[in-house]
Amino acid sequence: MSTSPALALALIALADDHLILGHRLSEWCGHAPMLEEDLSMPNMALDMMGQARNLYTYAGQLEGQGRDEDDLAYLRTDREYKNCLLVERPNGDFAHTMLRQLYFAAFMQPFWEAAAATSSDEKVRGFAEKAVKEIAYHIRHAGEWVIRLGDGTDESAGRMRDAVDALHIYTDELFCITDDMKQCVEAGILPDPAAMRAPWNQTIEHIFNEAFLTIPEVPFPQEGGRDGRHTEGFGHLLSELQYMQRTYPGMTW
Amino acid sequence: MVAANTIAGLDQSRAWAVAAAVPDPEIPCVTIADLGILRDVELMDGVAIAKVTPTYSGCPAVLAIEMAVEAALLDAGFEARIERVHSPPWTTDWITEQGCEKLRAYGIAPPHKSSNSKMALFGETVVACPRCGSSQTSKISEFGSTPCKAHYQCDACREPFDYFKCL
Repeated sequence: MSTSPALALALIALADDHLILGHRLSEWCGHAPMLEEDLSMPNMALDMMGQARNLYTYAGQLEGQGRDEDDLAYLRTDREYKNCLLVERPNGDFAHTMLRQLYFAAFMQPFWEAAAATSSDEKVRGFAEKAVKEIAYHIRHAGEWVIRLGDGTDESAGRMRDAVDALHIYTDELFCITDDMKQCVEAGILPDPAAMRAPWNQTIEHIFNEAFLTIPEVPFPQEGGRDGRHTEGFGHLLSELQYMQRTYPGMTW
Repeated sequence: MVAANTIAGLDQSRAWAVAAAVPDPEIPCVTIADLGILRDVELMDGVAIAKVTPTYSGCPAVLAIEMAVEAALLDAGFEARIERVHSPPWTTDWITEQGCEKLRAYGIAPPHKSSNSKMALFGETVVACPRCGSSQTSKISEFGSTPCKAHYQCDACREPFDYFKCL
């Protein structure tokens, strides 16, 4: 049995994570608390978009229905997006945005590392080799901010704790595996997301220790994005993301 | 036969030279060959196929570079096709010695070599000022004017400068 259809779906979910987080980061453009951050967040957004483009394009080829990266990024309905809930959560304040970035990057780094080392698919390996170098910067950047804010003033530490309370409940979904992903894992194409929990914990614990933050207990983790069940803000995000293609169908630059 | 091979070889090296001379659109002091993002130019049935790799997945200059290479090859009389390759991934180690020197002369601190060792979390590197050579420099921002650069300032001569991030 060919793994192409399953791989296409698994890559689309992964691409959706990157597209949506990239879009959220781009919302900061022109609104960041300082000029350097106004550069850094669109820079990270570019990395995310670039990775999403590679994944969408390849997924479209595997699908064989003639869909290209733009069709996949701009012309699906909300239920067809399979990104995890974490990446679509609103930016909130700067502490929320940096923590969300750290949570995601701390997952993607070991994931891409494993894919670069072991994937049986040459293209996936190529994307992973590239992405793993970029994501290292994201962890460092977001991690430094989490520490600076957590170990900062009463105000900044309070905001950092609020961000942990608001976002930690969405982190479990990173390690969930869908049926499509499972097929790809068994075929040796993608690493098992569940295997990233240990390295993820290690990174988060290391940074939280320095930031005087505590990893909270999460009795009721939130998930659903991988099945297309999204949070309220997602529709608003899509309406902005898709505006140009929906208003002027087929427009190009 | 020998003569035909030689002519093909000449054409191939001419095609390479044409593509290699294309400047980077964002850092025009270096060519794409200096940066090491032009991987190969081969001639197949009279078509010059240039293989180009992105520096960053999301580098906005990728398309501009590919169009410039294609235009340069067409101008030189070749039929041209551009292929984007991802593997092996580009790292700053692909920048040639000459490329590093050109960057320095242009005011951009070149990346440290041997990027292959994984960058330690919060690892500090010493970046020398491209103007005065002092190693007393401070990082202003991890992200600079383009995705591939960070922003630094020299504590000795006070000149701000870009550092080509080590990938």
